[in-house]
Amino acid sequence: MIEVKNLRKEFDGEVVLNNINASFQNGMVNMIIGKSGSGKTVLLKCLVGLLSPTSGEIRYDGRNFVGLKSKEVSRLRRDIGMLFQGAALFDSRTVLENVMFPLDMFSRKNRRERKKRAEFCLERVNLLDAVNLYPSEISGGMKKRVAIARAIALNPKYLFCDEPNSGLDPKTSQLIDELIYDLTKDFSMTTIVVSHDMNSVINIGDKVIFINEGVKEWEGNKSEVMGTDNEKLNDFVFASDLFKKIKEAEEEKG
Amino acid sequence: MSFISSIESVGEYALLMKKVLTIPDRMNEFLKEFIKGVFFLGVNSIWIVVIISFFIGAVIVLQIALNIDSPMLPRFTVGMVSREIILLEFSSSIMCLILAGKVGSNIASEIGTMRITEQIDALDIMGVNSANYLILPKIASFVAFMPVLVVFSMFTGLLGGYVICLILGTPSVETYVYGIQAFFRESFIWYSIFKSMLFGFIIASVAAYFGYTAKGGALEVGQASTNSVVVNSVLILASGLVFTQLVLG
Repeated sequence: MIEVKNLRKEFDGEVVLNNINASFQNGMVNMIIGKSGSGKTVLLKCLVGLLSPTSGEIRYDGRNFVGLKSKEVSRLRRDIGMLFQGAALFDSRTVLENVMFPLDMFSRKNRRERKKRAEFCLERVNLLDAVNLYPSEISGGMKKRVAIARAIALNPKYLFCDEPNSGLDPKTSQLIDELIYDLTKDFSMTTIVVSHDMNSVINIGDKVIFINEGVKEWEGNKSEVMGTDNEKLNDFVFASDLFKKIKEAEEEKG
Repeated sequence: MSFISSIESVGEYALLMKKVLTIPDRMNEFLKEFIKGVFFLGVNSIWIVVIISFFIGAVIVLQIALNIDSPMLPRFTVGMVSREIILLEFSSSIMCLILAGKVGSNIASEIGTMRITEQIDALDIMGVNSANYLILPKIASFVAFMPVLVVFSMFTGLLGGYVICLILGTPSVETYVYGIQAFFRESFIWYSIFKSMLFGFIIASVAAYFGYTAKGGALEVGQASTNSVVVNSVLILASGLVFTQLVLG
């Protein structure tokens, strides 16, 4: 479980996140949603330690991440997998080498076992036939799947996903969502997904946190999102014509 | 760059080097990257070193032959002076200025691109010391390969002079060969090799610093690459002056 207490982040005196309190449970897909520029990616970067919070606590199963020494941070990070918005695959390595990389760095298994584990992860994301291709030779959706395989290679306890569906068509987005959901359940990970894609929220969001202008505005689950009274959340959710029409249809049905 | 930001950059560079100059997490991964570095930064630079050294060596001999045309000076002076210029300054300092452009911009743009495409963040999230993993093999391989490049440069520079003597016949080849052997001091070769290794460290580490701290997009990676070449050129010239005074002064 990850807990966030009174988190605040400022850049040159400008407050980007203010008094964020939240908890993210094991075995659940926790979604952080909000408009572009609302502070959700900054929150994610604070959670994984790419940015230092101005004040507040981030507790990983009780351990405060903010106060840890660099060696302890490195150790904790081996329990973290992350899917970046642009996949962040290593260009000079093949798909298999990308997935093997964390194993080569931190696993004590021999090369054959490491390769077997990497192939298992690639099989899990249906990419066994792309092992020898380079990132420049595969599609955006495939890159995301390779990044997921790399993120789960070391059996992480925590999985972070930054806009996993950005730039993908609806069908591939759904595939990525299902993959994240299934892996979270199978490996009982604490998964945190930052997104502004409402389809993802409806598909996989066990828990949803809505951030607006750096403040936590709303918290609930996917079934509550559509029927909320919160005006700012309604503005965000029903900005899309599709969701507006779904709501109108549901209201007509009574 | 303002004075304050220059001071800040020196501090950032020192902190980065503190992260870089540590024992690698996995020695076999370091060795793999080291060998790649030897090939991409070192072996791939041989051709440019050879071509430039050959022509500059030829031009040095030609200029000296034309300008030291005095009955007071023996003709073998052409070979001797050319040798001293090539061994002492050209094969280390001038060649490193050229390599600051080729290798320095290569390192800065490679690491800068990795920074803006979040590949360095991905390494950090995995718990890898990204600075050490990416930069140390590049510095080590380039510094280790520097003596090879210097020796190639010395040889082809002197060869360029030989060829120009062969073509123009003034001075004669025999006089030139006698000149490049006259009053020879082996220590000049070692001086040049050590100086170029110092320059190799400066080129690789400064370029890596500019790449590692790049922010933004493609434009900023280009700027980082350009800045690395400019700063490297100034540092090579300044540190060459200090090194020469300390060793030969």
